[in-house]
This record gives sequence, structure tokens and C-alpha cells, in this order.
Amino acid sequence: MANVIFYILAIIVLACGFMVVTRKNAINAALYLVVAMAAIAGLFAQLGSLFIAALQVIVYAGAIIVLFLFVIMMLNLKRDEFGFDSRLFQRLFGLILGIIFIIQLILIVSRFRPGLPAQAIDPAMGNAAAMSKKLFMQYLYPFEIVSVLLLAALIGAVVMASKRKDR
Amino acid sequence: MTLTLIIIQIIKVIAIFVGLLTAIAYTTLFERRMVAFIQGRVGPNRVGPAGLFQPIADAIKLLFKEEFIPDKANKVLFSIAPLLSFTTAAMAIAVIPVGDSITIGGYQIDLVISDLNVGILYIFALSSLAVYGIVLAGWSSNSKYSLLGGLRSSAQMISYEIGLGLSVVGVLMLSGTFSIAEIVRQQSGSILNWYFFKQPIAFFLFFVSAIAESNRIPFDLPEAESELVGGYNTEYAGMRFGLFYLAEYCNMITISALAASLFFGGWSGPFLPPIIWFLIKVVIFLFVFVWVRGTLPRFRYDQLMRFGWLAIIPLTLVNILITGLVMVLKG
Repeated sequence: MANVIFYILAIIVLACGFMVVTRKNAINAALYLVVAMAAIAGLFAQLGSLFIAALQVIVYAGAIIVLFLFVIMMLNLKRDEFGFDSRLFQRLFGLILGIIFIIQLILIVSRFRPGLPAQAIDPAMGNAAAMSKKLFMQYLYPFEIVSVLLLAALIGAVVMASKRKDR
Repeated sequence: MTLTLIIIQIIKVIAIFVGLLTAIAYTTLFERRMVAFIQGRVGPNRVGPAGLFQPIADAIKLLFKEEFIPDKANKVLFSIAPLLSFTTAAMAIAVIPVGDSITIGGYQIDLVISDLNVGILYIFALSSLAVYGIVLAGWSSNSKYSLLGGLRSSAQMISYEIGLGLSVVGVLMLSGTFSIAEIVRQQSGSILNWYFFKQPIAFFLFFVSAIAESNRIPFDLPEAESELVGGYNTEYAGMRFGLFYLAEYCNMITISALAASLFFGGWSGPFLPPIIWFLIKVVIFLFVFVWVRGTLPRFRYDQLMRFGWLAIIPLTLVNILITGLVMVLKG
């Protein structure tokens, strides 16, 4: 039963992911991404990690892709205008990142051992409590570094937006 | 054994869903009669005794109207949008407990469809998905009024979702759980246990954000008739329009139930059975919704956004800090 649900969700994730990168219409691509994100939340829920499943929906399926849609609708991108950016360094950079990603993928798959049970960190404690214990005690410094990074991006966005206004 | 449990679960789902639909139907009548009363009118009182069959007449009218789709609309998304709006609204009721656990024939039955240990986050997740119904309705209609209404309301919902989420953090810190049933249980016993008395600011911030989140007066910019014709649902008619209407009232009921459960002890109360107490509290909040609608004028759009970002969100953060400080000082 659990396996059947897993395979259904996995197929949805992969099929929608494929649709995202092949759609010409940006709105349709974004909508397939929503379904993929929601299905990933389903996978988390199936592993017993309801807390992360809920966050996945709130942050990714909810907030982030709504903003994508927002931008696409505001700019009213048509089928033809939405093409690949032809700047050389972007393509080069994309190629390098793609190779690194494939190497990582191969490493992960080669280390995979079948039969490892998937389970929440500490089922007895409840997801939220277990998560926050790990995050704020064991991984406090990485967490703080990430939050400083995010803050820097946030300030950058505000600065750029307000500059536009002065002109 | 398991079969019995499955049957019990199915009965619960059907009972709560039918109850919700009935409640939605009669909330529309309740609102119309109440607004009429506030404005010194009579309101709908022709169909059945005191107008009690009015919702049935409305439903029949909506069902038999022509389902018109504009020529240049995106037909698939145009049909999906109202469904998304209503399903996300209706699903939220699943984690709200309508009464204490009861025991029938040796089986303990919780009067909630599913007591998730992340119940509150589940509701926020659904409300963040509800935005899609409105955005897609606005965009797929291929009409400027719909698009403007859709963009306005999604910007509003995203902004006030933050306030809504942060305002309940104080309660979550005190209770130490995301489960709504558990939060209600902590408030039973005495009226002084209600989180309203421990988190009064949080409650007001929650309720203001909730009114904005459900796109109602004084925050109903998405459907500001005088400037946008009808907002994101301008091009809709028949039952598709009806589904948006149902979703709005469903959201009102969910928010009232959530406010009652988080801040006012949910189903707990003396003498009367728990379900009755729960319904009384929900109806009081529904009345406040209608009362606000009958009394206040509409905000301007920039005022609304400034109010959300510069008043509600900072105040919720201050509330969290103070709650944390008091908890640390008390030990």
C-alpha cells in the first residue's frame, strides 16, 4: 500500500518536472511546478514528516510559485518572448553547474543501499520539536550563516527596488 | 475492527462536510438578514417561513444558470480556478475539532476528521494554495478587470498570510503544540485559561489579518465594485461563480472556528454539550464578520498594503518577543 502511494507520487513529481522544462508557455510551466511541489510534500508526509510536508506546501507550492506567477502575469510573457537568454557566460555557467549536479547525482545513486528504512528523526518527539532541536542546537552555526545570506539577499533586493524609484 | 474504524471515519467526514455545506448556505442568509437589519431594511423573507428556504432557491438558481465561458479565456484554467478555490477552503475544516472525544459502543471517537500534529500549519498551507484559485481566475478570464482584481487579491492574501501566521505564534509558544485539539484541551476548565486573556493583542491581529485574508469588507479590494466591476470573478456566472461565493463563506466559517478554538476555548464550556458551545462561539464570530461588513467603509489599496506591512507584521513580531521574554522570566 505504502509502496503504491510512493510510486504514484514519484511518477507525478517526475512527469510534472518534465512538463515544467518542456512547456513553452511560462504560466503552464509554473503551474506544473506547483503540482510537482505538492507531490513532493506528499512524499514527505508519507515518510511521517508532516511538519516538513506542511512547510513544503506553505513555502514552495504556496509563496514562491505565486510570486513566479505574479511576475509572469505582470510582464504578460507571450509564447515567443519567453526564450533562452543567449548570453555566453550564462550558458557556460549553466553547463558547469549542470556537470557538477550530474556528478553529485551519480555519487548519491552509487552509494544507495536498498533496504534502508526511511523514518522521521525522532518519531517519539514529534516532528516540529525534533526538527528545531537539530536545527538550533546541532546545526546552529550553518543555520545562522544561511540566515545571514538570506538577509543579505533581502537587503540587496530592497536597495535595488528603491534605486529604481528615485529615477 | 479496522473496518469499523474506516466506517466511523467515513461517517465523520460525511457528517462534517454536510454540516459545513449547510452552515455555508445559512451563513449567506444570516449575513443578508443581518446586514438588512443594520441598514434598516427587511432582507430576504419571502421564500419559506422568515426566508429560511432562501439558500435553496439561490442554489437552484445558480445551478440552472448558463455556464458561460468567454471566447478568449483559457478554458481549462477558467474551469479549474473555482474548483481550486472551493476545495482548498473546504479542506481546512478537517483539522478543527467540533467537540470532545465521545465513546460509542467501546470505540473512542474524536469529533474531528483528523487531529494532525501540525494542524495549524495544515490550515496555513491550504490558505497559501487558495491564492491560486484567485490568481488563475483573474488571469484565465483574459479581461483587464479580472486580472487587476486577481493581482490585487493575491498580493493582499500573500501579505496578510504573514500577519496571520505570525499572530498565532504567541499561542503556539505558550501551548507548545501545533495540534488544535490539544490547544483546545489546554484551555478547558476555567474561562481564565482561554488564550484570549494571555494573548489579547495576538487575537486582534489574528482577526484583522483573517478578515483581510478572506477578502472581506473593509479589505475587499479585490472585488471593489466601484473601481473593478467585480474583481477576479467578473467573467464568471452560474455555479462557477457560486463556488467562489461558497469558498468565501467557507473561509469565514473556518476562520471563526479557528478563532474560537485558538483563543476562546473551542468546544469547552459548562452545562451545555461541547458541540453547542462550539457552535455558539462560531456564530458569535460570524456575527462580528457581518457586523464589520455592515459598519465599516473600504480601505484604499495603498492604505491596505501599508497597514499590513507596517502595522500588523511589526506588531506580531513585538508580540512574539514579549511573549518570549515573559516565558523566559517566568522560567
